[in-house]
Amino acid sequence: MSQPLEPRLLMCPPDYFGIEYEINPWMKLSRGADAARAGEQWRAFHQTLLELGAEIDLIEPVHGLPDLVFTANAGLVYQEVFVASRFRHRVRQGESPLFESWARARGFEVLSLPHGLHFEGAGDALFCGEVLFAGYRFRSDARSHQWIGERLGVEVLPLELVDPRFYHLDTCFCPVALDTAIYYPGAFDEYGRAVLRDRIPRLIEAAADEAVSFSCNAVVVGHTVVLNEGAPKLARSLLDCGFQVRPLAFSEFIKSGGSAKCLTLRIDGEEAAAWKYNEARIALGETGGV
Amino acid sequence: MKHVKGSAGASPAPAGVVEEVEVRGHIIDSLILPKILDRILTAGASFEIRECKIGERRTDPSHARIAIWADDPDVLSTLLGDLVEHGAWPVHAEDAALATADIAGAFPDGFYSTTNMPTQVRHKGRWIDVSDQEMDCGIAVDARAGTARCVPMARVEPGMAMIVGHAGVRVTPLERPRDAAGFGFMNSTVSSEKPKAVGVRSVVEAMRGARAAGKKVLLVGGPAIVHTGSATHVARLIRDGFIQVLFAGNALATHDIEQAILGTSLGVSLTDGQPIEHGHEHHLRVINTIRRLGGIKQAVDAGVLKSGIMYECIKAGVEFVLAGSIRDDGPLPEVVTDVLVAQDRMRAALAGVDFALFVATALHSIATGNLLPARVKVVCVDINPATVTKLADRGTFQTIGLVTDVEPFLRLLAAELAPG
Repeated sequence: MSQPLEPRLLMCPPDYFGIEYEINPWMKLSRGADAARAGEQWRAFHQTLLELGAEIDLIEPVHGLPDLVFTANAGLVYQEVFVASRFRHRVRQGESPLFESWARARGFEVLSLPHGLHFEGAGDALFCGEVLFAGYRFRSDARSHQWIGERLGVEVLPLELVDPRFYHLDTCFCPVALDTAIYYPGAFDEYGRAVLRDRIPRLIEAAADEAVSFSCNAVVVGHTVVLNEGAPKLARSLLDCGFQVRPLAFSEFIKSGGSAKCLTLRIDGEEAAAWKYNEARIALGETGGV
Repeated sequence: MKHVKGSAGASPAPAGVVEEVEVRGHIIDSLILPKILDRILTAGASFEIRECKIGERRTDPSHARIAIWADDPDVLSTLLGDLVEHGAWPVHAEDAALATADIAGAFPDGFYSTTNMPTQVRHKGRWIDVSDQEMDCGIAVDARAGTARCVPMARVEPGMAMIVGHAGVRVTPLERPRDAAGFGFMNSTVSSEKPKAVGVRSVVEAMRGARAAGKKVLLVGGPAIVHTGSATHVARLIRDGFIQVLFAGNALATHDIEQAILGTSLGVSLTDGQPIEHGHEHHLRVINTIRRLGGIKQAVDAGVLKSGIMYECIKAGVEFVLAGSIRDDGPLPEVVTDVLVAQDRMRAALAGVDFALFVATALHSIATGNLLPARVKVVCVDINPATVTKLADRGTFQTIGLVTDVEPFLRLLAAELAPG
C-alpha cells in the first residue's frame, strides 16, 4: 500500500444514526438523538477536517446499523495491517464485514482475532510513541491485546478501564503527539495511572467535569486537536502545550456515547504513532529524498 | 527464576484447591502481573510463580505461569473468573482422561504411573488431591464421591475408573527445607564423612517434633540391631513412646526373642560375644516355643517373653508388621508370608506416620520406601552407603543417610531421648 501524503481518515455519514439500543451508560432509548442536528454536527466536523488538510474515505451508511458512524471501532491500523474488530455486542457485529471489505479494498492485510476474543479497534487501542496502549474490561479483552502485541511485534500495555462511562480507551485517553497524551485519571485504576505516568513524558489531565462531556475523545490532525466544545480548561492546556484547538458541537453523538474521535478512523497512522514516521523515513530513503 | 510465593494469611503453606494460570504479553511494564498477584492476595488466596520468562527486548512478550491456592473452591472459581478479565487463563483446561479397568490386578493400557509426590487430578473441572500417595501405582477416581486415590496394580478391581495419559494430572515437587534446622545441615544425602553427633541430634529433634505434633514415628529395622547389642536401646525408645510403628522381618523378631529368652543372638552370647554350644539351634528353639504358644502376644501373656523389642511393642501397643521372605525359618506366627498382604498391612499402618527411621536393613527399607509418600522424612542408618544409594535410586529421594555402625547410633539416640 502506498503511503498517503495527506492525513487520511475513514468516516461514515450519519444517515441512519440514532439510538436504537442501550449498550453503554450514555445511551437512553427514551432520549433519542435529533437526526437533523446530528447531520449538521457531522457535516461541520467533516468540513473542519477537510479544512485541516485531511483526505476522507467514506463508507456507505447502512440502515439498521446506527453505530456504523463510529468508524474508530472498525479496527486497528498498523502499517499495512488492519486488525479487524470483533464487537462484544451483537447489535454492532453486523458492522464488521463492511469494515473488513473496506480494508481489503484499500489494500490492507486483514488480521482476525482467534475465536472468542473481543476487540473494538482504535476505540480501545491507541499508539503513543512506539507503544500501543490498550483498554480492556468493558469491550475489548486483555487477551486480545496480548495476541495483537505478539502478532504485530509491538509493545502493548493493557490498561484496565474501571468506570463504565468510559467504556472505550478513546473516551478517556488521547495521544496527541509522540510524547504527549490527554487522559482522564478517574477512568483508570492506580496500576493504569502508574503505567501512563511512567511511559508518557507529557500527560495533559482532563478534569472530571470536562471528561464526562467527551473532551478526551478528540481527533488530532497535524498540530490541531478537534474536540467537543465545552472543555475550556482542556483547550487551554492544549494551547499552552503548543497545539491548536477546534472545539465543535457533538451533542447528538454524545447521547450515543461517542464524539469526535469515535467518528473517525485514522488510516495512515495517528500523529502520535511512531511507526508512521519510521515508515515515512523508509519511504523517503527509497526515493532518494532528504 | 526462583519461585516467588505470596500469601494473604500468616501461613504460606499451600492448602486447599489449586489452579494454574498463564499470562502472556508485556505483563511487567503494564503492571498486569503485579495487579494479578495483588488480586490473588486480596481474594484471600495465595500464589506461587512457577515460571516467569521476561522478554529481552521491549517488544518481546513475557510469560508467567502462576499456581493459585484457595481454601474454598468457590473463592478460587470467582478469582479465576476475575483473572481471566486481566488476561490470565487457566493452564489445565482439560480433565484427566479415565478408562475403566477391564480385568482384576492390571491397569488399563496407557495408565498413569504415579510418583511419591503430592499429586492432583482434574476431574469435572476441579482439581482434587490424590490420597494414599504412593509411587508406581495407578490413580482411581470415584466420580460420585469426587475423590481420587493411588491403587497398586495387584489391587485393581474391574470397573475402577483409572486415569490414563498425563493430561489433567499435576505433581507438586517437594522442596528441601531451606533453613539450617532439621536436615538442612546436610548437602549430600549420604556420606561416611559427616559428624555423627550432628546427625543423631537431628534425628532426636525430628522424633521429638513428631511426638509433639501427635504424629507417628516408624522404625524399619533389620536383625543387626539385635546382633550388635542394640535391642535394649530400641526397647527403651519404644517403652518411652518414641516409636509408634515397627516394620521388620522374621529375623529381627526372632533374634530379639532369642536374646530375651536365651541371651544369645544367632547363638552368640550378647554378654561375652562367644558362640554358645548348640547356639545355632537357639533361634529355631525360640521360634518353636512361640509357635507352640500361638504367637508373640501369647508368649508375653504367658510370661515366657519378658523383655526386648517385641515385648515392648506388645506392652506399648505399638503396631508392627513382620513381612516374610523366602529364607525365613519358622516363621513366627505373626509373620505375613503373602507379600501382597504384607504390603497392604504396611500401607494401612503408615497412616499418620511423619518420620521414618530405617536401620540396618536394605530389603525392608526399600519395601517401605516404595510405599511412603515423599512428604514423610526418612533417615536411613546403615554401615553400608549402598543401602542409602539404593533407596534414592528407587525414588525415595527424600532419604537422608547416616553411614555408621548402628549400635553407637542407637545408644546415643536412646541416651538423648530416653535417658535412664
